[in-house]
Formats: sequence, C-alpha cells, structure tokens
Amino acid sequence: MRRKIIAFLGAITLVLCCIAPALAADGYKYSYTYTYDYWEDFRESPDAYRVKQMISTGDFADIGGMKNPQGLFVRGEDVYIVDSGNNRILQIRLKEEGGFERVRVIDSFTGDTTPLTFNSPRDIYVMEDGTMFVADFNNKRVVRLDKDLNWELSFVKPDDNNFDQNADFLPKKLVADVVGRVYVLSQNVNKGIVKFEADGQFNGFIGASKVRVNLYEQMWKMIATKEQRARMNSFVPTEYDNIALDEDGFFYVVTKTFQESDLRTGNADPVRRLNAIGNNILVQNGASWVIGDLEWAAGNTNLTNRGPSKFQDITVLQDDIYMVLDSTHNRIFGYDQQGNMLWAFGGVGNADGFFNRPVAIEHMGTDLLILDEGGAFGGSLTVMTTTEYGRMVYEAIHQYRTGAYEESAKTWTEVLSRNGNYDSAYIGIGRALLQQEKYAEAMGYFKAAMDDRNYSEAWRLRRMELVEQNIVPIFIVVAAILALPPLWRRIRKIKWEVKMFHE
Amino acid sequence: MSELTAGRAFTSKAWWQRLGGSVKYSFHVMFHPFDGFWDLTHEHRGTLAAANLFVILLLVGRLMTLQFTNMMFLKVYWPRVNIFQQCASLLMPLGIYCICNWGLTTLFDGKGKLKDVYIATAYALVPYILAMFISIPLSNILTMEEGSLLSVLEGLGLIWSALLLVIGMVQVHDFGLGKTLLFLVMTVVGMAVVIFLLLLFLTLVSDGIGYIISMYKEINFRLN
Repeated sequence: MRRKIIAFLGAITLVLCCIAPALAADGYKYSYTYTYDYWEDFRESPDAYRVKQMISTGDFADIGGMKNPQGLFVRGEDVYIVDSGNNRILQIRLKEEGGFERVRVIDSFTGDTTPLTFNSPRDIYVMEDGTMFVADFNNKRVVRLDKDLNWELSFVKPDDNNFDQNADFLPKKLVADVVGRVYVLSQNVNKGIVKFEADGQFNGFIGASKVRVNLYEQMWKMIATKEQRARMNSFVPTEYDNIALDEDGFFYVVTKTFQESDLRTGNADPVRRLNAIGNNILVQNGASWVIGDLEWAAGNTNLTNRGPSKFQDITVLQDDIYMVLDSTHNRIFGYDQQGNMLWAFGGVGNADGFFNRPVAIEHMGTDLLILDEGGAFGGSLTVMTTTEYGRMVYEAIHQYRTGAYEESAKTWTEVLSRNGNYDSAYIGIGRALLQQEKYAEAMGYFKAAMDDRNYSEAWRLRRMELVEQNIVPIFIVVAAILALPPLWRRIRKIKWEVKMFHE
Repeated sequence: MSELTAGRAFTSKAWWQRLGGSVKYSFHVMFHPFDGFWDLTHEHRGTLAAANLFVILLLVGRLMTLQFTNMMFLKVYWPRVNIFQQCASLLMPLGIYCICNWGLTTLFDGKGKLKDVYIATAYALVPYILAMFISIPLSNILTMEEGSLLSVLEGLGLIWSALLLVIGMVQVHDFGLGKTLLFLVMTVVGMAVVIFLLLLFLTLVSDGIGYIISMYKEINFRLN
C-alpha cells in the first residue's frame, strides 16, 4: 500500500515537472509579460510585444560597429542611432519585410564653425523637414544642421546669470518643437529643461522640480554637525534624465533622483508630463502610482538590479499611451492615459527581448525600438512588434478615445477572454458600459477591478435611476413614516379620553 | 423564588425572559449611564448571558463588516484574512483588559468583581456595535463622496462607547472620576505588561521546544 502511494506521488511530481517550465512553441516563457492587480500582486499576462528583429553591432562590422550608442530617434521610416563612442550618427531605414538598409553615416558636416565633427554626441532630434539637432556633448554645444548636413546654428552655454556660469553646458538629451525652439537637458543642471529660442537665444528653464522639505530630515539637520550637514544633499532638486515630446506638444520627462520612500506615497513622480510653464500634469488615476515595478527585489545590497525601477527613457505613442524604459531590471512598462499599467516586460539577459544596458526607447507606429548600449556583445537595437493581444488593447483604448464605446466594450471583452487577470479590461468595459448608461452592469465590472472611483460614479447614477423608477413607493413609505407617529399619538389620546370618560 | 434565582436553567422560559429584559436594559444604560451602570451590577439588572451576547455580536459585526461593507469603503484582501485571528484581535484585548482592570482595582478598593467588570465593559460596547450594524447597510446606499457620513457614524459610536466605559468603571468600582481615569491608564499599562510577558513566555517556550528538537536530531544523527 505504502509503495503504491509513493508511486502515485512520484507520478504526480513527474507530471508537474513537465508542466511547470511551460514554454511557448517559440521558446518564450509565459511570464515574460506581466501586470499587477489592485493588491499589487504580480499577474502573468499574454505577451503584448515580441521581438521582430535585432540590429546588432555586427551589422556595422565593416565600419567599426557600434560603440556605446546613447541616443535613438525615429522620424517616419528612418531610425537615427547616435553611435556616441564612434562620434557619429547612423541613419538607417527599416524595411517592411524585415531587415534594414543603411541610409548614411553622419560623422561630419559643412559650414562656418569649428569643429565640423562631433565629440561624443548623446542625442539627436529630427524635424519633419529633415532639420537635425544634435546634442554634441563633449563639444558643449547643440548643433542645428539642415537635411543636407549644412551647419546652421550652434546653441551654446547661455551668457545669462540664471545659468550657473561655473557649470559647463553638457547637453545630453534634447527635443525641439515645430517652430524650432530647442529644449535641452544638460548634465549637472537641476533647474529643469534649458529652453532656447529658434534663433539660439537662451530663454530660461522649464519645470524645475520643487524642493520638498521633509520634517524628519529637518529635525536631523538640527542635531547634525556641520560636516554631516554638508554631506546631506537631499535638498538638491532633481535632475531629469530624459525627455520626450507627445503629439500635443507636452513634455514627458523621467528622473532617477528620488527618495525611495516617496515612491509609495506618490511624491516622487519619476515620470512627469510638463505643460509649457512646467507644471506636472501627468494623470495618475490607476490603482498604483506610475513608478514601474511594485514588487522590489530585496536582499544583497551589492546587486545593481535591486530596489525600485529607475527610468532611463520614455516614448509616447498614440492616445497618450506611454512606455517607460527601466534600467534596474531592464524592463519596459506601458501606461495608458489614465495611468493604469498596461503591461510590463523585458529583463536582464542576452536572449531576444532581454537587455544588458538599455539606454533609449522610441516607437514607430506601435512598434518599439530599444537601444542597448551593450555588454559583452556590444551595442544592439531591438525592434519589437505587437502581438494580436497588444493590438487589441491598443484598439480598445483608441475606440474609447474616439467615442466608439460599444465597439470598445466588445474589444475589451475579447481582451478579457485572453487575459482574465487584466484589471484594465474590466475598467475599460465598465467605462464603456457607463457611457452607454448601463450602470448596474458597469458596477459589476468596476467591482471586479476594485475601481472605487468609477464604481461610486456608476452607483450614484444607478441610485438616481432607482429613485426615479420607484418614486411612488418611496414617497408612500416616507409619508407613512412621517405621518404614523402623530396618528398613533392621536389614537392613543382618543382611547385614553374615552377610557377617562367611562370612568 | 426570588428574582435573583429565577430561571437558572436556560431551558426555562424565565431565563429567556430575563435575558430579553437585560438585553433591552442596554438601551437604558446607553441613555442613562449613571443610573444604568449602577443598577446593572448592584441591582443585577444585567446578566452574563447578555454580556456574552454583546461580545458575540461584536465578533459577528466585525466579520459582517468585512464581508458586507461596500467595496468603496472597505477593500478586503481575502487571502490574508483569518477569521480566528480577527476574533482573537477583539477577544484578546477585551479579556486582558477585564483581567487587568479587575486585578488593579481590587488592590485599591474597587467594588467590582471580575464578572461585574466584564458585564459593564460588554454593555459599554453596545453603541459601537449598533454603529457597526447601521453602517453596513448604509455603506451600500452611499456613494464615495458621501462616505464621510460613515466615518462620523463610526466615530460617534466609538466615542459614545468610550464614555460609557469610563462611566461604567466609575459606577462598578464606586470610584471618583479622577481615580477611574487614573486606573484606566494604569489598566492600559498593565495590559502592555501582560502582553509583553505573554510574548516572552511564548518565545521562551518555543525556544525550549526548539532546543529539545535540535537535541533529538543531533543525537539521532550521531547514533546513525
């Protein structure tokens, strides 16, 4: 008997072992993509993105490969890779059927300035008409070139007291708006985004983050010695690490400087959407703050990939959906316009879809391009494309945004049949039902996703509906409650009087 | 048969009548606490059965709050909820409070017996229990914006119960107000000491058992 039990348990174990490392036919682990639920518990998700192609340093072997590439930009079909270590920019064009063709290598330009080459360029921005802005880091300038690589203008260190004259102007990231104003993030400048007019004039800073005074730190300061106080640098405002422009001309910036404890309270704001006067207008209505991973790796303090997500770059897609690139676990986090996490995927490693030192993310349509500065295998560019599931999520969001609520609900239902753990889908269906005035049904979906704000709104409307439908019975009940006690007293009084009369 | 000895067995009708009367008496205690608490113990208007009933209602109310309060006001992470833990988190403080209060007040001429302290405490909980049972259906009627009404209700219940507790102690032990407040603070300190000792005891016992187990393992290992 005992042996039978052991044999049975053994058989079960064997079966479980076969199931446990379940891999899809193409070798992807099911847990490549995930989301978090309301309780901040990890939930597996179908893959929204898969690798379409890899462009590696070997593809440029004849011209010396890529060396520590830092910047990436996409305009139309063209991809600009800023090959910082080789002081050049590689312009390539992705082909529809896969693969790519080289357009040109930008390593020098013509014009009336010196030098006519780059020294460790960090970023590039290209306008619709082909005008380029290059953050020429070690030459301490931003150069504007026309589409035929003729030098037009240099943006250099402002001769202005607002700009710390002891600091160097070291442009690392930049964007430009449609009229040619340039917005630069300069190394060691923590007053915000440096703004230049189209003619090269410095025009102040945008979006310096406010210094938050912490009571606890303030108290520490009072008892600390002078030396200790000097070492406390938590009063320095944050420096932005990257910048992107959305379709409406708002800036999305990311920062890695924050107090870990501020992340949980929503005070850190590692991702910000800045308007023209520099106020943060990022919507964070999701179940959690826009902070990337909610479960942090603990343990060994020497591990570099420990602690919260640190965002390296951001790109903004259609419908205000944005993807942030994290350099702690080399993951990509997608958020919708309301700040709900759509998905998270990626990781540390050399396999397709994993990264060594990702430095930049851009999008082409809904495809994502991730530039990896590279480890042992040198730099690489990963092109990822949506799966059916990912396309469906995008479609559902787009349908809702354009007012096609019924279709949106249908698409979200499709999404839900592929991923029952997906809170965004429940909320999406609920919101579509709310727009169709199906309040009771909407409440059910909001409850499933623990979305109390929307639930409350649906319930308020449903309650109004119930009151309107049952106005007559409600009126009767209320009237009865108001009328009965006086009536009762009256009857008792009459009874009492009758009794008294008889006595 | 006097009123005191009437209905000793709960199979008799008199027992149930007495329970009903003593439960109903809790409303009198709520609105007229000074006389209410005096008669509660000194005139035996309250019963142990009613006090037990209130404690059971407190537990049931806590569990019903978890289950039936609307999601807008209370979100429960069910995988982490343990019914026994929930009950213990109410019963343990209550029990320790009664014992500490009785122990301390007895040393300083308190008139109340342990039973009296327990009954008075249970009767003092009634407004809180009522607030709990009102707020459950109410939470399913209100929206989030109107939710402050719930917190007001709950706060009112708590404050009322706290006041009743103080007055109850005054009457049960026949203390002045100042002495009662002093002894309430002392009771809290006493509770902390009891909890500390309990933890210490449990840790020592578990360490002792762990020592014996590891000793057994070691000997077993050497012998083989």
